[in-house]
Amino acid sequence: MGREREIDFLHRDIISINDFSKDEIVYVLESAKAFEHMRKPILKDSVLGVLFFEPSTRTRLSFESAMAQLGGKTIGFADPLVSSSTKGESLLDTVKIVSGYCDAIVIRHPLEGSARLAAEASEIPVINGGDGANQHPTQTLLDLYTIKKCQGRISGLNIAMVGDLKYGRTVHSLACALSKFGCRLYFVSPESLKIPKHIIDDLQNSETEYSEHKEVGEVIKECDIVYMTRIQKERFPDPAEYERIAHTYAIEKDVFREAKPTMKIMHPLPRVSEIPKDIDDSEHAYYFEQAANGLVVRKALLALILGGVK
Amino acid sequence: MRPYKVYAIKHGTVIDHIDSGNALKVVKILKLDEYDQIVTVGIGLESKKMGKKDIVKIENKSLTKTELNKIALIAPHATINIIQEFKVAQKFEVALPQFMENLIKCPNPQCISRNEDIYSKFYKHSLNPLKVRCHYCERVFDSFSLI
Repeated sequence: MGREREIDFLHRDIISINDFSKDEIVYVLESAKAFEHMRKPILKDSVLGVLFFEPSTRTRLSFESAMAQLGGKTIGFADPLVSSSTKGESLLDTVKIVSGYCDAIVIRHPLEGSARLAAEASEIPVINGGDGANQHPTQTLLDLYTIKKCQGRISGLNIAMVGDLKYGRTVHSLACALSKFGCRLYFVSPESLKIPKHIIDDLQNSETEYSEHKEVGEVIKECDIVYMTRIQKERFPDPAEYERIAHTYAIEKDVFREAKPTMKIMHPLPRVSEIPKDIDDSEHAYYFEQAANGLVVRKALLALILGGVK
Repeated sequence: MRPYKVYAIKHGTVIDHIDSGNALKVVKILKLDEYDQIVTVGIGLESKKMGKKDIVKIENKSLTKTELNKIALIAPHATINIIQEFKVAQKFEVALPQFMENLIKCPNPQCISRNEDIYSKFYKHSLNPLKVRCHYCERVFDSFSLI
């Protein structure tokens, strides 16, 4: 009770999962439960500015839908070519101007730290919808919500992250968040796409147990969650090498024979070939539910920040 | 035995206890190669405290707070001696502040601080080894990579 009174998200910026304590993460996840099927106009008259300087499907549409389901409105752009940035306007100026038109801003921008800067320039709360290779905190929160929902808890779970662990911001943020919950982490990747040293340093500092592997089969028996990621073609100068790696890190049905019945596969999507379509019907597949949870968590965040709930 | 290893100076600043091998980095970060008076550099001197150390003597110069913070980035154990009439008038150790604004450029070309007209901001991340974290892109850098 006391703890809940201390945590207050009203008018708060959501920039990086590193800004969250474990208690604050738990608070958001608990609050989100009430938004599973909620369609009430608790944000009537509120306006969300949606500034997307980079392409997005799930993040932008789920924010727009979240706002609509809670009775609010959205303004903004999904393509920077239609904004004043094409006339050379600085991000700082764009954000200052838009913050005069709405009650909160969600921003996606290719440069790292852009959301932090936007929050400094803005009088209203700013939500980071992805700033380059840095952070995507609402994705991390929806991942955590999904894990909690399908496994009943987060603490102490065995979680494997598979694929491109070098460039994937989703994996970096999630690994840091999971380290707060005492999870056992398995990193499965090709040598060239290993988890970066600065993430390993952070995990060692927080005494998180982890190990690195070449194949998911080495760890599948232990896993409660297998978090797949897309291996990006543009990371490989040699197309043949990409084909080989992409094939090696595609998950196959055979692998599940040794898995726990409750093991779930997650993926931030979009997927390419790393999860074949014939796995979609498997009891282990959980990535479409994960994407749907984005709407729930974003509704909760908007309501907390804009005062729709206390 | 040589009577002295590095000439004494009449007025100026002596940066002592620089980690061995880093004297030229201190020269670079303070732009002393562009300084129009005498700068003496000693490399690999014996030190009771450090085993080996470097030293930089700058004639007729006192350091600004910004310059002291820059030294702390690459020579966190350095001692500053203010010299007047060949005597040590003041002596103190450098200390890197917890927060640094507009001190160094972020090495990450994708960082917003490199692309907008704003000051860089860094936090001290760890002391041994010395690392700093960018306020904007959140990346952690070895202090040497900032030079």
